[in-house]
Amino acid sequence: MFKFDKLVFGDLGWGDELLFATLMTITVSILSMGLGLCLAIITVWAKLITNRITRLIANFYTTVVRGVPELLVIYLIFFGGNSVIMGVAKLFGYNGYIELNALTIGTIAIAFISATYSSEVIRASYLAVNKGQVEAAKALGLNKIQIFLRVMGPQIIRHALPGIGNVWQITLKDTSLISVTGLVEIMRQTRIASNVEHSPLTFLITAAFLYLFLTTFSGKFFKVLEINYSKGYS
Amino acid sequence: MQNLLSYLNESLLFRNFVEVIGGLDNTLLLLVISLPIGFVLSLIFALGRVSTNKFISKPIASYIFVIRGTPLLVQIYLIYFGLGSIEFIRESFLWYLLREPFWCGVLALTINTVAYGSEIFRGGIQSVTKGQIESGLSLGFNKIDLLRKIIFPIALRKVLPSYGNELILMVKATSLVSLTTYMEMTGIARKIMAKTFAPVEAFIAAGILYLFLNFLMVQFVKYLEWKYNPHLRVEQN
Repeated sequence: MFKFDKLVFGDLGWGDELLFATLMTITVSILSMGLGLCLAIITVWAKLITNRITRLIANFYTTVVRGVPELLVIYLIFFGGNSVIMGVAKLFGYNGYIELNALTIGTIAIAFISATYSSEVIRASYLAVNKGQVEAAKALGLNKIQIFLRVMGPQIIRHALPGIGNVWQITLKDTSLISVTGLVEIMRQTRIASNVEHSPLTFLITAAFLYLFLTTFSGKFFKVLEINYSKGYS
Repeated sequence: MQNLLSYLNESLLFRNFVEVIGGLDNTLLLLVISLPIGFVLSLIFALGRVSTNKFISKPIASYIFVIRGTPLLVQIYLIYFGLGSIEFIRESFLWYLLREPFWCGVLALTINTVAYGSEIFRGGIQSVTKGQIESGLSLGFNKIDLLRKIIFPIALRKVLPSYGNELILMVKATSLVSLTTYMEMTGIARKIMAKTFAPVEAFIAAGILYLFLNFLMVQFVKYLEWKYNPHLRVEQN
């Protein structure tokens, strides 16, 4: 039932293919988490400044993307993304055919989803920082950038880290969905291997273990970060 | 009015909408079976998780760890493709259920929601203060009465918002069952896309329906919160 010999490295097994697929999953997760955090910061900024229109747009974005299945968002961006990008290119006077590769599309799609979760986390941690701190910093004569970098930033990170750790886990697991775009990450490689070898159980259990390994160890990494950032409080 | 109707008939989005609604019953069927079973099992597993008996709490803890650490897609594929490849399952009565993508979906969704739900309920159960349990014991409550009349009402009230979140995640999770050829709303949207080559209209139609379902779910949870927290209601006069 479980064929260990199919998991060896080299031409006889799928070990090296699965390793590359795992690296691809990690790459996509890190890229989309980073892009997602940038998007999330913009979203939070749009929600917190006193402008009704940006707040409306940001709220619409987070509500809609969180209310719709991830798979649907990925389908929409994968199948509909190219035409949108070509439409934008047409506005700038470029009429050729543009096609983004699966990695780019997948990263954008996952980032789009993960940004909605991150933005809630970041917004909550921004609001959790005591306003008196900003006032104290102003009284000391710090300018806006200094206040952000030295007073608000570190504290926002400290409050946000546990939540960001959760979002990271969700993002990591969501990358399994972009296997539908044909990007060869763990899930896609698993399906290919199990179709070739007619042994779905072997490869699916391996995939489960790979994901478990990734989530566990990245969880440990976030624990270390959390301890590091709350040094002043322990 | 006539103009509007003919306009709607010509609009691709509206026609897709009507077609996707045809899959609503399949989506709801998945939820209607897996959510109640998941709720009851979550409660039982949460009790096992806080049990002092290591032979009960350890296996449950590792079950929760494995399910929460792997994507739902892996679990669905494991049940749909993996279990079907085991010889003795194919020969047993289980095969009558597991060869249907629907029952595989129900099984995977239930297993998934039980892991997340029992972790949520564990938090609720552990947040019941000792004094409340002790006062129950001193009133002569036996274990079942203690659970039924003190622990569960307090714990469930506390976890309602986070369990509501889990319910919404479940509504979204049903879309993954479409990858096992089960024709619910996402599957139908995918089919429409292949037929009309108009992806945006197809997936937006399905997206609106999912948003609507989730909106109903949020209202339902809000109603439950209002109903079971009478002491927190703000008087309207």
